[in-house]
Amino acid sequence: MARLVIDPVTRIEGHLRCEAVVSDGKVKDAYSSCTMWRGIEIILKGRDPREAWVFVQRLCGVCTTVHAIASIRAVEDALKIKVPRNADLIRNLIMGNQCVQDHVIHFYHLHALDWVDVVSALKADPAKTSELAKSISSWPNNSTTYFKAVQDKLKAFVERGQLGIFSNGYWGHPAYKLPPEANLLAVAHYLEALDWQKEVIKMMAILGAKNPHPQTFLVGGMAIPIDPDSQNAINAGTIAALNKYADMGIEFVEKVYIPDLLAIASFYKDWANYGGNVNFLACGEYPEANGKLWLPAGVIKNKNLKEVYPLDHKKILEYVTRSYYTYSKGDKVGLHPWDGETTPNYTGPKPPYEYLNVDGKYSWGKAPRYEELPMEVGPLARVLVAYASGHKEVKEVADMVMKKLGVGPEALFSTLGRTAARGIIALVTAYKIKDFISELAANIKNGDYKIANTEKWDPKTWPAEAKGMGWHDAPRGALSHYIVIKNKKIENYQMVVPSTWNLSPRDHKGVRGPVEEALVGTPVADSKQPLELLRTIHSFDPCMACGMHMIEVREE
Amino acid sequence: MERETIYEGLVRKGVSRRDFLKFCASTAAVLGLSSSFVPKIAEAMEKKEKPVVVWLHFQDCTGCSESVLRATKPTIGQIVLDVVSLEYHETIMAAAGHQAEKSLHDAIKKYKGKYLVVVEGAIPTKDGGLYCCIGGRAAVDILKEVAKDAAAIIAIGTCATYGGIPAAKPNPTGAVGVRDIIKDKPVINLPGCPLNVENFTATVVYFLTFGKLPKTDNLGRPLFAHGILIHENCERRGHFDTGEFAKSWGDKGHRLGWCLYELGCKGPFAYHNCPTIRWNDGTSWPVMAGHPCVACSEPKFWDANAPFYAGVENKDGFFAKASKIGLGAMAVAGLTKKENKE
Repeated sequence: MARLVIDPVTRIEGHLRCEAVVSDGKVKDAYSSCTMWRGIEIILKGRDPREAWVFVQRLCGVCTTVHAIASIRAVEDALKIKVPRNADLIRNLIMGNQCVQDHVIHFYHLHALDWVDVVSALKADPAKTSELAKSISSWPNNSTTYFKAVQDKLKAFVERGQLGIFSNGYWGHPAYKLPPEANLLAVAHYLEALDWQKEVIKMMAILGAKNPHPQTFLVGGMAIPIDPDSQNAINAGTIAALNKYADMGIEFVEKVYIPDLLAIASFYKDWANYGGNVNFLACGEYPEANGKLWLPAGVIKNKNLKEVYPLDHKKILEYVTRSYYTYSKGDKVGLHPWDGETTPNYTGPKPPYEYLNVDGKYSWGKAPRYEELPMEVGPLARVLVAYASGHKEVKEVADMVMKKLGVGPEALFSTLGRTAARGIIALVTAYKIKDFISELAANIKNGDYKIANTEKWDPKTWPAEAKGMGWHDAPRGALSHYIVIKNKKIENYQMVVPSTWNLSPRDHKGVRGPVEEALVGTPVADSKQPLELLRTIHSFDPCMACGMHMIEVREE
Repeated sequence: MERETIYEGLVRKGVSRRDFLKFCASTAAVLGLSSSFVPKIAEAMEKKEKPVVVWLHFQDCTGCSESVLRATKPTIGQIVLDVVSLEYHETIMAAAGHQAEKSLHDAIKKYKGKYLVVVEGAIPTKDGGLYCCIGGRAAVDILKEVAKDAAAIIAIGTCATYGGIPAAKPNPTGAVGVRDIIKDKPVINLPGCPLNVENFTATVVYFLTFGKLPKTDNLGRPLFAHGILIHENCERRGHFDTGEFAKSWGDKGHRLGWCLYELGCKGPFAYHNCPTIRWNDGTSWPVMAGHPCVACSEPKFWDANAPFYAGVENKDGFFAKASKIGLGAMAVAGLTKKENKE
């Protein structure tokens, strides 16, 4: 029995610690702990609900936009504001752009080094790498000369002895299975993706003023005006620029990300046996003109793809039995976010410490449960719910991916499936963005320049008390914000965040959270080099700054 | 082994001499230097070894790292592989856990007295700092240890500089900025929520070119980035002076790019170079897009400049500053109001 600690878990957002019990080369048990807390929930109390989004957006700069969207939707729900279609379209474009860029960055810069041995790329034959590249894609950077140049750069870098971000990696670990040529291809695309991500995100920079932390969101709509006859508003030039970045997104996902994903996955098919969960929750996203969501909401239980249950936020309860908080009614009860409380109660070891007290409270994250069940959220949940609901675009791409890998839907319930699902969502979203641009252009053509519903902008128009909630299916999964407004001020503000679901500690029954559960059974070749654990942890794309729960302390 | 210079690194990356000089020129522009400084910057890049950088994350949202990932002049690929030697950065480094800790300790030992530390995020000090632990240690202890042998520290973003959002009222974790803890080292403050990457690269280049940290204001912010009010360089300033104000989201004034002061803009109270360098490779910035500035580069802006959508006629000294702020003060007072009607 070895007790293995990974802290810091790197290539994620925020501060995550993972402790695992390993014996006979397998993970027997695992504990996920969030080790940072800011108390933004307490900071929000008494402020103007219209600016809550500015504050909560700062939960995370990687998931930038997502909390802003959920927040304005929660306030709009509370005040019963219907936003103009153009505002929904601009939001859809910002969300879609964020999703595509975020998933590519995740694959190359946060996840790839778990599968790709950078040092092995030095041994590759550039001519064979070129053949491999041409066999899987028509992406133009595919010549022998090109790969030779990448390899030479890498060589010079390694020979200098300053490996920088690649130092002390797990290079040469037996779990790396790619041939040197595939490693070189992936390293080349790692660098290309770095250049691509800063360009493609300019769609958000145009519509949101900047990235990260765009600043055109507004309760009631968007603060970026539309006027085809003004140089200070969304006009024909803007539409042309949006199309340019939309095409840039499609091209890279189609010709680089998906082919790489399939090529790499084909060497790691055994990872269809590890890292799976059974329950999934997706809240749906991208409002369409008909009022429906383009990607459906729903809940899947026990891997049953034959039945998708409708989603009802009232069935969410949060537990703090094993989290550093205490509830006034005792730590065994679960509370719905509208009735939530947060009283920090740190009972963990005093730093510096070697191990957590995993028999007691051990995380700043709460344990959200849906009908008492832990739920995985994120790209896999989105794909499964859409697939099971017969969603045309998702089904088409998912079937193509499964066919190319020679696996069936059962393989989706795994680390491999989760990683593939992220690519599937990125591709269908990249295509869908074009539809949103066309619809926006058509509205402008028809003389509809409306971007905000300002009827309720003035707090004098608000009721004395109101409460609302907003869903957003963010890149990392289902996100929900809850607000209680009293006397025009925030009385209570709460969030149930994707990483709170996925990285949750045990609950009142001792049931593990999704990541903890997914880690059990993972093979570990060398407990001093926990590469295999990182593969599954990273497949969830953890965001810990978001994940530790945010809740309003009520004044008694 | 000779460590390579920045220029060698860029050449190895395939950057042409012409692009290299363009990079030097754009850096000079961000720093507000005349073109006569370009050769000096180029010379420094050719001779200086790559600075070793250790990057610490505390109570942050990673937004400042993400901002740096959007760098275009030079690109992030060039920065990470060629301009600096980034020895520790939790978001992108390959190693985790013990291996990651080893990278940190190796770097601060091997480059003692020479490395730059970048700090992202605030540092909680309440209850012994237990609200942010990495590798089982409190952020405040890690900062002190890593700062001890650093050449200089760059605090990036409003959290690392002034405590930022975790320090907003009532500051539940006792969050503070780097200068509140480290008193015996040069600390340069690069605020912003997030910081604008152009100001980060310009600071590094300034350090390499002139061998010292840039001149700062009394809040430790470089004058090249925070020397002038947003209001003074704002593209909508003319509308303020002539009393042309957007009154409501999507109205005529809003669509025509009129002043956003009455919708809550805090540009008259924020020292930041957004209007001149903009964001994301010069694409846009909040006022250009049509949303008020929230003064994110100012200490305590979460409290001092909120509510973000309210006018600030009552802000201390606003009318006293009228001569500086311009005719708009008269406009606000109703002396030169222009109609904003369809």
